[in-house]
Amino acid sequence: MDFLIFKAPMLMVQASLDGILLGILFALIAYGMALQWGVMNIINIAQGDLVILGGYIAYTMYLAGIHPAWGVIVSPIIMYFVGVLLYKLVINKVVDRDLFISILATFGIAIVFQQLMNFVFGADVVVAQSEYGTTMLFDNSVTLPNSKIFSAFISVLYAVALVIYMKKSRLGRAIRATAQNARAAKILGVDTEKVYAATFGINAALCGIAGALISITLTLHPYVGLPYTVRSFMIVIVAGLGNLPAVAISGMGLGLFEEFADYILGTEFRIGAVFMLLVFILVYRRFKLSKKREYLK
Amino acid sequence: MNKLVKLFITSISAITLALVSFTSSFAKVDGEYIVLGSAISLTGKYSSNGVHTQNGYNMAVDRINKMGGVEVQGKKYKFEIIYYDDESNPKRAAQLAERLIKQDGVHYMLGPYSSGLTKAIAPVTEKYKIPMVEANGASRSLFTKGYKYLFAVLSPANQYLEVAIDLAVEKNGGKPVRIAQAFEQDAFSQDVRLGILDAAKRTGSEIIIDDKLPKELNDMAATLAKVKATKPDVLVVSGHTKGALTAIRQISEMKVDVPMLAMTHCDAAKLSKQHGKNSEYALCASQWHKNLSYKDKFFGGGKKYARDFQKEFGYDPPYQSAESSAALLVFKDAFERANSFDRDAVRDALVDTEMQTFYGNIKFGPGGQNVAKPMILFQVRCKGDDCENRVVAPTKWASDKFYHPIPKWSERS
Repeated sequence: MDFLIFKAPMLMVQASLDGILLGILFALIAYGMALQWGVMNIINIAQGDLVILGGYIAYTMYLAGIHPAWGVIVSPIIMYFVGVLLYKLVINKVVDRDLFISILATFGIAIVFQQLMNFVFGADVVVAQSEYGTTMLFDNSVTLPNSKIFSAFISVLYAVALVIYMKKSRLGRAIRATAQNARAAKILGVDTEKVYAATFGINAALCGIAGALISITLTLHPYVGLPYTVRSFMIVIVAGLGNLPAVAISGMGLGLFEEFADYILGTEFRIGAVFMLLVFILVYRRFKLSKKREYLK
Repeated sequence: MNKLVKLFITSISAITLALVSFTSSFAKVDGEYIVLGSAISLTGKYSSNGVHTQNGYNMAVDRINKMGGVEVQGKKYKFEIIYYDDESNPKRAAQLAERLIKQDGVHYMLGPYSSGLTKAIAPVTEKYKIPMVEANGASRSLFTKGYKYLFAVLSPANQYLEVAIDLAVEKNGGKPVRIAQAFEQDAFSQDVRLGILDAAKRTGSEIIIDDKLPKELNDMAATLAKVKATKPDVLVVSGHTKGALTAIRQISEMKVDVPMLAMTHCDAAKLSKQHGKNSEYALCASQWHKNLSYKDKFFGGGKKYARDFQKEFGYDPPYQSAESSAALLVFKDAFERANSFDRDAVRDALVDTEMQTFYGNIKFGPGGQNVAKPMILFQVRCKGDDCENRVVAPTKWASDKFYHPIPKWSERS
């Protein structure tokens, strides 16, 4: 136990801001997961690996002398097609099947992606430099990397754009209809096959954006995808499906919780604390639902 | 159909049989070749360092063979290595070690890359009493199990950053210092941590932050905020390449001022290349550096080794390659002193090893670790955007002066 944070109030501000900024980025990844989980009932284990692949796209641009921040535009475009291709090759065969099969299939995709990235980009840890500098607050006692602020801003921007797109556009409405009742949507003339492909593509594109942001804020490595999958899985579990504002709040909340757990319980319990919280939330929700004679899906 | 299946099965078994009889004839010494075996990570997450290791081995094999080979009982022999790819997977590595020994008849082994894989292989080589000279497993626990056939040319992990604490105390006028440390939760980094704890006790220094970073470490903002608030004299970080890159990125972004920063894996992380000026003044623990003045007759000195390596493989040798090359020199020396191919004679000769190589002095302690070579520290120094690593400690081998304290971020351009 370490109570440094209570002795130095500025640490509290630092921890909160760090947590929220990082949480927003995670929320973006979780947003994609919630979307395709809700629409296609698929838990995508390869989510984190799609993120890392998106990061490598930005990193490749960086190596070519282009500023990696442009990755937030290029990476989602490429990743959209990767997503659609992935859907056509694998996902469409498991979409109506048991959840377990989709987990196995995406797990396989995750392994293939990891090995391919290792093969193409090498096993070294890499970073892209944004050279964005630092914002200093409160007489230098709180420092925020501008790259993190940038990434939070871009995440919010894309998330808002997507929400509007889902509400207003034809495809967005089709996606939402399919999520509510795929069969009814089909009867009413929605090409669900197309909707599924687009959904998976959009999810991959979101991962691409997040990956590009990660390349300038954190580090990239072919094998670090899984923590992102787990994190977004947790956010979605806490928030529930089809509830996008809740995903954002739960993302930030988990980010905050993690930072504070780090200060109060110690760094070694940082991840453990998040898992504990997850267990509590699941038990609590089960408890609440059992009162209403419902069950947790 | 049935016939076809039968024919297929017979031919498969015939081929297998042929292969088995072929491989088992492929024994420890084959004609003029001494056959060594190694499981090495050519794919998977250790693949880049696995390749460095393999290149180091190959370079030494070529050099020794070209310069007359190994002389045993008046006859000249050459080295040859059988490699298998362990996919960076400990289980696979152990299986492959077994296969090398039982099927390929290898009687002398070279180590894999990383402590984890060496740990997986050591019980196998121990069981079959196969001498193994390894160059890439530094974890302390390898040397406390009482292994009799394991020899490591490198310094154990707990020594990696001890020098840094001594240096900090020296710069503090011999007075104890306040240490902040952050270590990944894996065997290697925790060994490094133990070394720091020892050094702190020895010098009476105080550890004010002792963070254990998760394995999937990608963010240490919390640790660095604590460092900022508590202002320690020295910050020590170890978390493989990920840790080194994350630390420098976030220290520079959060403008954390510490007088001294010591890390591991800067070399492998290509720190100064990836982070440029931001990595300046970082102190890095290393097993070897080309500017050291050790010498041997095969590679000359470190600088010559680096030049030759560059010519052959097209990149500057990291210490992983240098130590791997040194492992072959140790084997050659042991074979010649044993003057026999008897495993136990070779093993006994290895125990008595005392030599200088371009990589450093080598003499094995009771646990099999190299006790003759100190760890070195280099410091990243930059001129404009051009950065290089300069050896600053220990003072006996140092080629440059240690810059201390690190200037504040507000004073750095």
